[in-house]
Amino acid sequence: MAHPTTGGIRFDHVTVAYDGNVVLDALDLTVAPGEVMALLGPSGSGKTTALRAVAGFVRPASGRVFLGDRDVTGLPPHRRGIGMVVQQYALFPHMRVEENVAFGLRARRVPRAEVRTRVAEALEMTGMGAYARRHPRELSGGQQQRVAIARALAIRPGVLLLDEPLSALDARLRSGMLAELARLHRELPDVTILYVTHDQVEALTLADRIAVMDKARLRACGTPRELYRAPANAFTASFVGNANLLPVTVGRDGALLGETELKVDTGSAVPGASATLCVRPHLVGLGDGPNRLTGTLAELQWRGATHRLYVDVAGHRVMADVRELKAPPGHGEPVSLHFAPGDAVLLPAEVSADDR
Amino acid sequence: MTGEPAPGAVAPRRSEDRQPGGRARGAWRPCLWALPPVALLALFFLHPLALVVQQSFRPDTGGTSLRPYADVLASTAFREALWTTVWLALAATAGCLVLGFLLALVIAFVPFPGARAVARFVDVFLSFPSFLVTLALLFVYGSVGMANGAWTGVTGAAEGPFRFLTTPWGVLLAEITYFTPFVMRPLLAAFSQLDTAQIEAAGSLGARAPRIVRRIVLPEALPALAAGGSLVLVLCLNEFGIVLFTGAKGVTTLPTLVYGKAILESDYPGACVVAVVNVLISVGLYGLYRVVSRRARA
Repeated sequence: MAHPTTGGIRFDHVTVAYDGNVVLDALDLTVAPGEVMALLGPSGSGKTTALRAVAGFVRPASGRVFLGDRDVTGLPPHRRGIGMVVQQYALFPHMRVEENVAFGLRARRVPRAEVRTRVAEALEMTGMGAYARRHPRELSGGQQQRVAIARALAIRPGVLLLDEPLSALDARLRSGMLAELARLHRELPDVTILYVTHDQVEALTLADRIAVMDKARLRACGTPRELYRAPANAFTASFVGNANLLPVTVGRDGALLGETELKVDTGSAVPGASATLCVRPHLVGLGDGPNRLTGTLAELQWRGATHRLYVDVAGHRVMADVRELKAPPGHGEPVSLHFAPGDAVLLPAEVSADDR
Repeated sequence: MTGEPAPGAVAPRRSEDRQPGGRARGAWRPCLWALPPVALLALFFLHPLALVVQQSFRPDTGGTSLRPYADVLASTAFREALWTTVWLALAATAGCLVLGFLLALVIAFVPFPGARAVARFVDVFLSFPSFLVTLALLFVYGSVGMANGAWTGVTGAAEGPFRFLTTPWGVLLAEITYFTPFVMRPLLAAFSQLDTAQIEAAGSLGARAPRIVRRIVLPEALPALAAGGSLVLVLCLNEFGIVLFTGAKGVTTLPTLVYGKAILESDYPGACVVAVVNVLISVGLYGLYRVVSRRARA
């Protein structure tokens, strides 16, 4: 029974406001059926609000929310047929694991025999089959989150909403659960997943596409590779991966950083305009090469396999991640850096305010 | 017990025992602190209570015997009062639990302007004297109250139809009105602790409000219901003012029986017997509640 919510999610100009305070500003976003879309942004960026608008816990001030071609904007949560997993698991403490997982099926009046097989199936899928008789308090955080996922999947939702599902777990557990979620999605390719996170690693690993949000607005949307290689703006560049963002002036066939001339693809930028040059730290090399930058070493961090160098170049701090150095330079010593012209991207210069 | 510990007892833990005997002296101190409150308790509470118990074994004819108990327990007045007390208390408690649960649900979960003010008022209500509510009910439903006044005004009849206030039902109504906030207070506290994410999860899993209340909210509220319910039960068993103020002549409960025997009949042994029975019922119910609540938590 229930609703076969095939088809993805569509936000059509969705605006949410609390007491006149806009927390989600005219969001237009389409998540294709079976796609994993990550909503990535800092806290207060509106990403959780967007997810709650899909679940039905906030009502948009304007705009429509669609599941497939069903307009669900006015539907209460219990009629949307959505699976939802939140950061703090929200398991029902007085029910055993199996009762938790069966809750949604009982609410849908699924026949008893079927409830039993589907609970077993959902627990098996999340590797919690052996814990059916336990109470939530007898489980670790990671196990509780698996039960929460099993509970959400038991109702066979077309759409699964994950709200920072790994944030309450420690780092090692998190990477394990990340792999687990990727596996679940391979096993359930028809389920559309909206994944809210502030962690770029989770977004890059898991998502087919990432929607970057900041200050209630959608800032960029694309595949992880697109956003990483060619971010549309400085905020996206700095939030999806690390980035050196340098204020430059566009030249004829390159850009000027202070006095230094750098060769980059200027695209359609008008010569003379100011712009922001974006280079990933791991694409910056130490020593001579094309696009040489010279400066003094301000700070050096050893990270095991790599060294991170912070170099002051003409008043700007440039990060470089290089393979572990046998003889690292000392503080205050002159250092040369370089990067390949193809590894840099020119961004519009909106940004001097928030690149710090 | 002496201040000097036996040598054998100290030997195994010599390493941590720098001052021989210090440990034993330290153990005395909490007992000393407990002495003043225990003395006060004994002087002002336990001693009078003991006097009541003692009096209940002293019939007017002299000597010490179980005679007062035999007399009182055999009398129909006592049996009727006992029965009235118990069913009134049980019914009032049940009514308070149902009404209090529903009202607390609305205040806690249905967003309406003024919900906080209402919750605040519940606190104030707890401080009202019980006869005030009864007095208010008299103004509304009493024989010359508003309801009957309106009736006689409209129909021209000599008397209004509302005469339930002087019956046990009037006492029940007054007790439920007065004691419901005692159930709501712990419930509201419990509801504010409830994780809203659980309710949202239940909603997105397809549960409507009644199922959420039954399966999620109610189990979480059980300890608060038990606490509020047992408090109301004990208070109802011992309620005096409400029964007196409704003017229900036919309604005699144990506390009013004590009053009648002691003040009106000067039958002190009999009054003490009834009082002892009343105390035993209260304490017994309290003990039962402790046992049940401990089992529920385990």
